[in-house]
Amino acid sequence: MNLYLANILLALAWAAVTGSFTLVNLVFGYVLGAAALYLIREQVGSLGYFRRTFQFIRLAALFIVELIKSAWRVAILVLSPRMDVKPGIFAYPLRLERDFEITLLANLITLTPGTLSVDVSEDRKYLYVHALDCSDPDTLREDIASGFERRIMEAFQ
Amino acid sequence: MIELLQNIAVGVLLLIGSGFTFIATVGLLRLPDLYSRMHSASKVGTVGSGCILIALALFSAETAIVTRALAAIVFLILTAPVSAHLLAKAAYVAGYRMWGGSVHDDMVDTIRNEDNGELK
Repeated sequence: MNLYLANILLALAWAAVTGSFTLVNLVFGYVLGAAALYLIREQVGSLGYFRRTFQFIRLAALFIVELIKSAWRVAILVLSPRMDVKPGIFAYPLRLERDFEITLLANLITLTPGTLSVDVSEDRKYLYVHALDCSDPDTLREDIASGFERRIMEAFQ
Repeated sequence: MIELLQNIAVGVLLLIGSGFTFIATVGLLRLPDLYSRMHSASKVGTVGSGCILIALALFSAETAIVTRALAAIVFLILTAPVSAHLLAKAAYVAGYRMWGGSVHDDMVDTIRNEDNGELK
């Protein structure tokens, strides 16, 4: 967390030195600050910081791709003359523990192909997910476990 | 030249966005029950409005408007799943049945357990 602060301070310093506090300049300063921190990564131990940032970006990219795929698939389904849906709700055993991560996973699941999170069990061990095609719940569970849940673990743990 | 490309990109994004929004509406009408309809409303709707907002950002090309459009997209992506989730859960707890053709339901037990708990 200190490194985030250091990076923001570097960005502010850059803005002060260049004398312009526009958003673009602040973002540019942030990138420059990150580059500076990367140069001294061995000394301040900022390697984890970059790895986490990178994984966060990868998570965001994965999410956008999945969102577009999912919208496409639902669109095709809706427009096909004979709608072939086998909806159902399946329970997904959670490995994540923190509320924040469960919320994130639930949101991500809702915006991905054919799945929509409905509820979390009281003990936070199961996430109930509604799927448009629930003929094979095990494959769906496998997809979530190896996709989003693993990425969230990598990015935040 | 750049202006032409920009206009074409804006037009294409607007068409895609309105197309997806239209399909989301058709989905609301065609899908069998509330739970399936939420799929259409939350996903296709988000992508549709997202495309339109990106088109707006491209069209204006001003920092203030671009940041606001991006913020709007982020808030859409954050809130659409939450409202879908809340509506689906409220419907389930209120006893709204899933469509007859549904094939699987792991949640039945939880609701029954909660009911038993209330009875005791």
